[in-house]
Amino acid sequence: MTKEELLSKLKTIITPYVQNEEGLNTLTENTDFIKDLEINSANLVDVVLDVEDEFDIEIDNESMEKMLTIKASIAVIEDKLASK
Amino acid sequence: MVTEDIIQELPYSKPFLFVDEILEIDDDHIKGSYTFLKDEYFYAGHFKDNPITPGVILTECMAQIGMACFGIYLLKGEWVEADFGVAMTSSDINFYKPVYPEEKVTVIANKEYFRFNKLKCKVAMYNSKDVLVAKGIVAGVAFRK
Repeated sequence: MTKEELLSKLKTIITPYVQNEEGLNTLTENTDFIKDLEINSANLVDVVLDVEDEFDIEIDNESMEKMLTIKASIAVIEDKLASK
Repeated sequence: MVTEDIIQELPYSKPFLFVDEILEIDDDHIKGSYTFLKDEYFYAGHFKDNPITPGVILTECMAQIGMACFGIYLLKGEWVEADFGVAMTSSDINFYKPVYPEEKVTVIANKEYFRFNKLKCKVAMYNSKDVLVAKGIVAGVAFRK
């Protein structure tokens, strides 16, 4: 899976939880889920569960806590996919 | 964990405690009950001369049993009342029957997931005639203060 494909899938997953749609239009690797997209912290759990389903991976507590930006989330997903 | 202990650990008190007893509990579900008192404070205004339990209070009762009590159980001893806060993060409930003063209700919650200290459940409330009163989905989180 290319990074573009991964980013596209991640964007689809986070979209229903985003409160600041402008942040979605200007999405970059450095976009922060809470600060830039105003996703509520309880919905971050739903993002992680949707990521698990989409990529068929399991995300542990430590990885979950890292997944606060696009960049960090892609790194976690790539890492879990590589160790599958 | 003894079910009386779970009620003791709840972060609520009168007049906003809506759990009397836990009847069943395991990793997948909880069943609990509450009997609304004749003189709950909200009956004075909801409605004028016509006391009916507000839907938000029914939702709260379902959340206290189906989220708070169940969550404390699922945290398996990690819960310390002084260290944790709880918050309801979403609810989607439909109401079917009114609940009057002195009615006993039973709440059943079935776990959809419990991950990263977030609990999401399907909940249903029944009256003493076992008729469905309210049904839906609630979710909440426990967090260290």
